[in-house]
Amino acid sequence: MSMDRRQFIKIAGISTVLGFGGTLGLSKLKDSWASEMLQSPEALNAKHWAMVIDVKKLTSEEHYDKAISACHRAHNVPNIGNPKEEVKWLWKETYEHAFPGMEQEYMPEGIKHKPFLLLCNHCENPPCVRVCPTKATFKRESDGIVMQDMHRCIGCRFCMAACPFGARSFNWRDPRPFIKEQDENKEFPTRTKGVVEKCTFCYERLAKGEMPACVEAVKDTKALVFGDLSDPNSEVRKILSTHYSIRRKPELGTQPSVYYLIGGEENA
Amino acid sequence: MYDSGKIIVGLLIFVGIVTFPFYYNAGKAVAKPDLKLDTPVIQQMPEAERKCVETKEFMRGGHMQLLNNWRDSVVREGNRVYVSSNTGKRHTMSLQNTCMNCHSNKKKFCDECHNYMVVKPYCWDCHIQPKEKEL
Ligand code: SF4
Ligand code: SF4
Repeated sequence: MSMDRRQFIKIAGISTVLGFGGTLGLSKLKDSWASEMLQSPEALNAKHWAMVIDVKKLTSEEHYDKAISACHRAHNVPNIGNPKEEVKWLWKETYEHAFPGMEQEYMPEGIKHKPFLLLCNHCENPPCVRVCPTKATFKRESDGIVMQDMHRCIGCRFCMAACPFGARSFNWRDPRPFIKEQDENKEFPTRTKGVVEKCTFCYERLAKGEMPACVEAVKDTKALVFGDLSDPNSEVRKILSTHYSIRRKPELGTQPSVYYLIGGEENA
Repeated sequence: MYDSGKIIVGLLIFVGIVTFPFYYNAGKAVAKPDLKLDTPVIQQMPEAERKCVETKEFMRGGHMQLLNNWRDSVVREGNRVYVSSNTGKRHTMSLQNTCMNCHSNKKKFCDECHNYMVVKPYCWDCHIQPKEKEL
């Protein structure tokens, strides 16, 4: 049987229409079961989640380790050991690396050498979201959390290039062998080779009415405070209106939602 | 025509390779998948409550669309509770925690059919599959 171009296009056209019919049929099917999907009643809500880190209250190495390991355990973050392939959600950094351009020669020794806890800043104006071609990275309009939908990530790493804070990690290899079995959180997925990840402000814990794992882990120090920036009566707002705070790389205009109190209240 | 012999031989080889899987498997009976619904959790439920989030018929054909919608709802909209259109009951939407809590026998419940259909979902590359419990 021979087929000329015209016939071919006709058949192709008909099958496309049939194909659409198929998807239409499917969406009808969907309607028949798309019952309601709701928020859990115990979920914590805010219009703009933010974190305040009072560095002065983190007085021992143990505090840092507790916060970091709570986060990394809760989210099955692998410990790969090789800095080039490291995956990190919450980590320690020196003042000069965390706040480049804001250091000066005569600053207090206590701050110069103090480690700072860094994480994704959940920027109000996040460049990582702007560059993501698949919308795997998006900002939740409801509460300002910058999310990473691992299902949609194609591993292009544009977001890593765009984020000026180094907040994102790429999985160069399957993370499973690097998560100790006894540390595994059975309720949270691991990720897989080829996707980018970062701190998510513990959206999965907020949905259950729980505070972020790092905040919970160092609760007794009150060093990490998490709350709603849009609510004038929230604890974060009270702290920010009575203490001097700084944010990372403010000159870039990304508007981080993580604020640092660097001490100095004694003379304030 | 030039080289018609070579072209025909080439075509025959091509057709042979393309259709190889069909006649290779022809006549072989592949055992029908034999799904199992009994897990310790399901057995502990009273008979009347042994109902999935939707009807069995729907789940057979539509579980992939349902899971897809669940995923978008949870990750992108922040909604985690699913109201069954079948029973009106509320369920937390989670493959790893809800589905696999009842259907902890992944080998018999998921793999059996997926292997038969040669469908390889990559859910388990990220989601932690349940430890198989013997009955
Ligand atoms: S810190 Fe980086 S990854 Fe996080 S929201 Fe800002 S730009 Fe995006
Ligand atoms: S908010 Fe959650 S995800 Fe982010 S650093 Fe803290 S524990 Fe980790």
